Amino acid sequence: MLVAGIKSRPEYKGLDVDPNAKRHLFVLEGEGAAALIDQVGAKGRDFLAKSEILYLAAAAAPKAYDVALSALSPDIFWQAPTLQPLLFRLRACLDLARMGTRLYIAGTEGYIGQIMQVAMEYGIDYHSIHTEHRGSAARRVQCVHCKGITDNVTTSPFACTHCGLPLLVRDHYSRRLGAFQGVNIDAEEPGTAPAPEEMFP
Amino acid sequence: MTITFRNETFRDDFTFRNSLYNIRRFPFPFDRDEYMYSVNMEPHVRGKKDSVFENLIDVDEHYVAEMHDRALVLKEDPLRCQALPHMMAAQWDTLELLMEHQAQDYPEHFTLTKNGDRWRWINRTMGIDDTFTFGDPSTLPYPPMEYITRQAQGDFCIVDQRDNNLWMDAGMVTTQADWSLDFDIGMNFMEWHGPVPLAHQIGVFERALKFLLNLQQGKPTRRLNWTMTVNPRLDTSPENYHKWGPDRTTVTPENVGEKMHLRVELQSLWRLPRSNAILFVIRCYLISFDELVTVPKWGRRLPRVLKSLPPEIVDYKGLTRNRPIMLDWLAKYDDGSPTSPGIFPD
Repeated sequence: MLVAGIKSRPEYKGLDVDPNAKRHLFVLEGEGAAALIDQVGAKGRDFLAKSEILYLAAAAAPKAYDVALSALSPDIFWQAPTLQPLLFRLRACLDLARMGTRLYIAGTEGYIGQIMQVAMEYGIDYHSIHTEHRGSAARRVQCVHCKGITDNVTTSPFACTHCGLPLLVRDHYSRRLGAFQGVNIDAEEPGTAPAPEEMFP
Repeated sequence: MTITFRNETFRDDFTFRNSLYNIRRFPFPFDRDEYMYSVNMEPHVRGKKDSVFENLIDVDEHYVAEMHDRALVLKEDPLRCQALPHMMAAQWDTLELLMEHQAQDYPEHFTLTKNGDRWRWINRTMGIDDTFTFGDPSTLPYPPMEYITRQAQGDFCIVDQRDNNLWMDAGMVTTQADWSLDFDIGMNFMEWHGPVPLAHQIGVFERALKFLLNLQQGKPTRRLNWTMTVNPRLDTSPENYHKWGPDRTTVTPENVGEKMHLRVELQSLWRLPRSNAILFVIRCYLISFDELVTVPKWGRRLPRVLKSLPPEIVDYKGLTRNRPIMLDWLAKYDDGSPTSPGIFPD
């Protein structure tokens, strides 16, 4: 579970398939596959014929969710090897999307954030997007100093993968950047950073 | 009145000082001997002569040096000035408001002449004389918000109003107390105030938001906010925290009077006429402890306030390390006599 009470972090309220949508676009990562499978259990299979699923297995590859998703027989199932081609395909989907399309995102927070960024570029109101957090609580963090982004941060502090400064992960999230804020922890006395502690397993 | 502008710096050799006149007009933020967050807003109307409230957009002796420091910050980091695309009308609103106030209240330094949409702006102090078409960004050397806020003291945020919320959608932020426009741009009122401790729980932001959503044109409002800064440094951004953070370890009982500065923000909020956005002016004033204690009432009150602060606020404002040194040094200025209500010197 993610810690609650961070005012700037989006609420991930769950997928909750919309019966009125004309088309469903599911953009899933890792354990996020199970969020859709749970929806099929709760709501039945009717919506699958109007559904397109983009899937990135990432850390959940050994669980073979791709087999389970494909077996749901959605209108389209497509699996990406890495994030970059997934984003490319997502843009193509959104270029062609028609009125009445509902977007669903499930997976780790960093993944949700990056898909939301693309959706917002296309003018989709973020309130209308269904999101569900599944999998690791790792954070995507932007270094406020060099602006470099580090993915899958599980400790605080951690060393910025770009400039190397030890960063405290603040509970402050930018939807525009899809990232938390990292601030140098030993700025006042360089070299005094505490040891990293596993905070976001 | 012609202002004599000081030639001074806010970095490196830190030659910034306040004149005796400027010390007396400093906006001391504590109207009593203790402090807690509150919705401390009041109408932004003209106040006492020779105070910072005399004019609604205040220009003082630090104008030239502050504008120079802003230009230096923008060269290092252009992301300190940003505007989302839908904010263009609000940018023009901002340009108009600042030009009109500066020209009206400081005619020796600024002149605005309007001939329909053809406007001429003269800023004698900075050697600027530009004629442009209001509403046409291609006729100015910078986008309108950047153009005018390179010529106006204080940070500026333009917040859009929609969905019963306020959205931080544009800004020029180079003299900030440790928050990042680049990170916060696009956030709503609750989101950008997310990291502030205590105030959410006591409902301060809900009440403030409700109040601001109803702000009317022609009736600006204001409040004071404060923190402390070691050395008179304007650019205490999180971006540069690793550069200015070490300053905090340089304070000693011998130099605290000279190094420690009370940093006060006079925040004023203005409803803009065309865009219905709100211009949020965050004007920063600095005063060293040495300068501050020359006003006996302030010298008595400041240690009392510092002593009474809740630990969360001490931490959030970055005072933890140096508070004991400040309190020891300030103690000799508190003779225990009562202080008069209000912020002004006796």
